[in-house]
Amino acid sequence: MDYLDNILFAILLGIGFGYFYSNVKKIIRNINLGGTIDRKDNAKQRWKNMAMIALGQSKMVKRPIAGSLHIVVYLGFIIINIELLEIIIDGLFGTHRIFAFLGSAYDVLIASFEILALLVLVAVFAFWIRRNIIKLKRFSSTDLNGSPKKDANYILYFEVVLMTLFLLMNASDLHLQNIPGGFSHFIKAGSFPISQFIEPLFNGMSNELVMLLTEIFWWLHITGILIFMNYLYFSKHLHIILAFPNTFFANLNPQGQFDNLESVTKEVKMMMDPNADPFAAVPVNETEAPIKFGASDVLDLNWVQLLNAYTCTECGRCTSSCPANITGKKLSPRKIMMDTRDRLEEVGRNIDANKGIFVPDNKSLLNDYITPEELWACTSCNACVEECPVSISPLSIIIDMRRYLVMEQSAAPMPINAMMSNIENNGAPWQYNQQDRLNWKNE
Amino acid sequence: MSESLIVPTMAEMLAQGKQPEVLFWVGCAGSFDDRAKKITKAFVRILNRANVSFAVLGTEESCTGDPAKRAGNEFLFQMQAMMNIEVLNAYEAKKIVTACPHCFNTLKNEYPELGGKYEVVHHTEFLKSLLDDGRLTIEGGQFKGKRITFHDPCYLGRANNVYEAPRDLILKLDAELVEMKRSKANGLCCGAGGAQMFKDAEPGNKEINIERTEDALETKPEIIAAGCPFCNTMMTDGIKNKEKEADVKVMDIAELIANAQDL
Repeated sequence: MDYLDNILFAILLGIGFGYFYSNVKKIIRNINLGGTIDRKDNAKQRWKNMAMIALGQSKMVKRPIAGSLHIVVYLGFIIINIELLEIIIDGLFGTHRIFAFLGSAYDVLIASFEILALLVLVAVFAFWIRRNIIKLKRFSSTDLNGSPKKDANYILYFEVVLMTLFLLMNASDLHLQNIPGGFSHFIKAGSFPISQFIEPLFNGMSNELVMLLTEIFWWLHITGILIFMNYLYFSKHLHIILAFPNTFFANLNPQGQFDNLESVTKEVKMMMDPNADPFAAVPVNETEAPIKFGASDVLDLNWVQLLNAYTCTECGRCTSSCPANITGKKLSPRKIMMDTRDRLEEVGRNIDANKGIFVPDNKSLLNDYITPEELWACTSCNACVEECPVSISPLSIIIDMRRYLVMEQSAAPMPINAMMSNIENNGAPWQYNQQDRLNWKNE
Repeated sequence: MSESLIVPTMAEMLAQGKQPEVLFWVGCAGSFDDRAKKITKAFVRILNRANVSFAVLGTEESCTGDPAKRAGNEFLFQMQAMMNIEVLNAYEAKKIVTACPHCFNTLKNEYPELGGKYEVVHHTEFLKSLLDDGRLTIEGGQFKGKRITFHDPCYLGRANNVYEAPRDLILKLDAELVEMKRSKANGLCCGAGGAQMFKDAEPGNKEINIERTEDALETKPEIIAAGCPFCNTMMTDGIKNKEKEADVKVMDIAELIANAQDL
C-alpha cells in the first residue's frame, strides 16, 4: 500500500491532462471550422514577432503600469512552472525535493520562486484593485457585464490561492527541515526568503500535524494547478497559451492593406472581358457550394480570425483606443472578438450535440451577436489593431461583415449607396462629372 | 500666385513621346473638393518650382475605389482598380505621387495583387526627397517659430508607417512642432476614414472630429498641419465648431511649404 499516494497522484494527473487534452482538441477543431488563409510565409519574421510580442511582451509595456504588473505575473507563471516539474516527479515516484541535489543552485531556484510568488501576490492585488475599486473605464464597460467580469476576478483569486498554497507548503516544509536530527525525509534543501516568515505559524504544532499539513498543501497546490489549467478553456485566460500561435500567425502586411477577395476578382475579370458572351450561362460546379461574399457567421471567417477570438484577453485596450467607442458609439472592438468567440463556442456545442455536423440553428454572428450599427461605426483606422498586445485584428472581422452586408444583402446605409453609385457612374464618390476632373487647373 | 500652373497630362506627354519622372495622382477630393483643390494647386506650384517632370491623368483618372472597399463593396473596388490599372499600365507608369493617403494606401498596397505594380509615394515623402536631393530648398518664411501640430492620417501613419516625412518638413520651416497627446501610432482618427466621410455618424455622444480637434487645441497651436484632404476637412469643421477659425488655421503640408516660399 506504500504506492497508494503515487497511484492516486498518477490518476489525478491523468484526469487533469486528459480533460485538458480533450478540450484542446475541441479548440483546434473549432478554429479549423474557419476558412483557409495562408499565414506560413516569411517564417523568420513570424518567429521574431512571436519572440518579441508574446514571449517578450513588447506591446504590453505600451501602458507601463498594466504592462509591468503583467510582466511580474507572467514571469511568476513561467518560472513557477519549473517547480511544477519537481512536483510531478516527486508525486509520481514518492521522492521529496528531487532537484535538491543541485545544491546552491537549488537554493537560488527556490528563493526566486518565493520572491516571485510574493510579487505575483502584490501584482494580483493591484489588478484586483484596478478592476474592483478604481474601476478603470475599460474594465467597467458593459462589454464585460456578467460572466466576463467574474472570469477576470476568478483568475485573480485562483492565483492568490495557488501562490499562498505554494508559500504555505514551503513554510511547513522548512519547519520540518529545521527539526533537530531531521524529521522523516525532510532534508535540508532550498532557501526560503519569504516563507521563513510564515514558518513560525507552525510552532507548537506536533510534527505529525505539520507533516499532514504539508501533504495537504502539496496536494491542494497541484490539484489547484490542474483545475486552473482546465479552467483555461472556459476563460479569457486561454491567452497564456494562444498568444504564441496568435502572434506567429498575425498579419504581416501593412495594416492598411485589406485582402482582395479572389472570388470577386474572377467575376470582375469575366465581367470586364470584352470577349465574354454576356448571355452565356455561368458554368455551374455542382460539387461546390455557391460562394458567399463576406461573412455573416463564424464559419465564413478564416481560421486566423477564429484563433484571434479564442486568444482575446478582453483587456479592452482596443476599445479604449477606438475613436467610435471613445465618442460614445456602440462599436467596441473587444465586443466584436468576444461575440465571435461566444458564437463559435455555440456552433461547437451544436456540432458536439449533433454527432459532428452543424445543424443550422437560425442564428448567426450578424444580428444575433453583432448589429449592423456597430459595424458601420468603424472608421477602419486600425487603432484597435495597433493597440492589441497579442496582434488580434478586430478590423478584419468588421470589414468581412460589412462585405456581407453590402454584397449579399445590399444593406448599406443610404448615403453609402449614393457614394457607391457615384463612383460607379462618375468615377468619384461625389456627383461630379469625370470630364471636369482637371477643371481645378484653370480655376 | 499669378503665374499659371503647368499641369501636363499623361496623354500630352505621350503625344510628345515623353515619360514624366512621376505621375501625380490627384484623387477625387483633390480634383473636386474646393478646399482640397487648394492643396492640389499648392503641390503643383512646388513641383513647378522644383522643375519636377510630372503629369496627371486628368479626365482619365477615376476613383481608386478606396471608399467602396472600406464600405465592403469589393466588386466596385476591383472594377475601379482594374480600370485604373489598365490606364496606368497603358502609360507605363512607374512612380506615382499622391496627396491623399487613401489613394496612396490603395495604390501602394491593394493594386499590386490585381496587376498594378508601381512605386507609390505620399506627397510628404516626395517633398522630403526633393529636399534631400537639393532640388528644393525651403526656409521658414512666415512660419518661423510658429506653433504647428501635426495630425497623423491613419492611412499614412498606422496603415503605412509614414510618420517622419511630414514632421521633417515642418521642422524645415523652422517652426515649433508640438505633439498631441495622441500622436504617431497612437494617433486618433479624424473620423472620415472607412467611408465615414460619406455618411452620418452612428449615434454617440460626440463627433470624432470634435474629439480630435480638442486633442489638437490642447497643444495651443497656431496651425494644425494635415497630410490628407479628408483630415483637413474634418479638422477645419472641428475648428469652426469650436469657433477658433480666427486663431487656428488648418493647412496641408504642401500648403505650408508653398506659402513659405511665396509660391
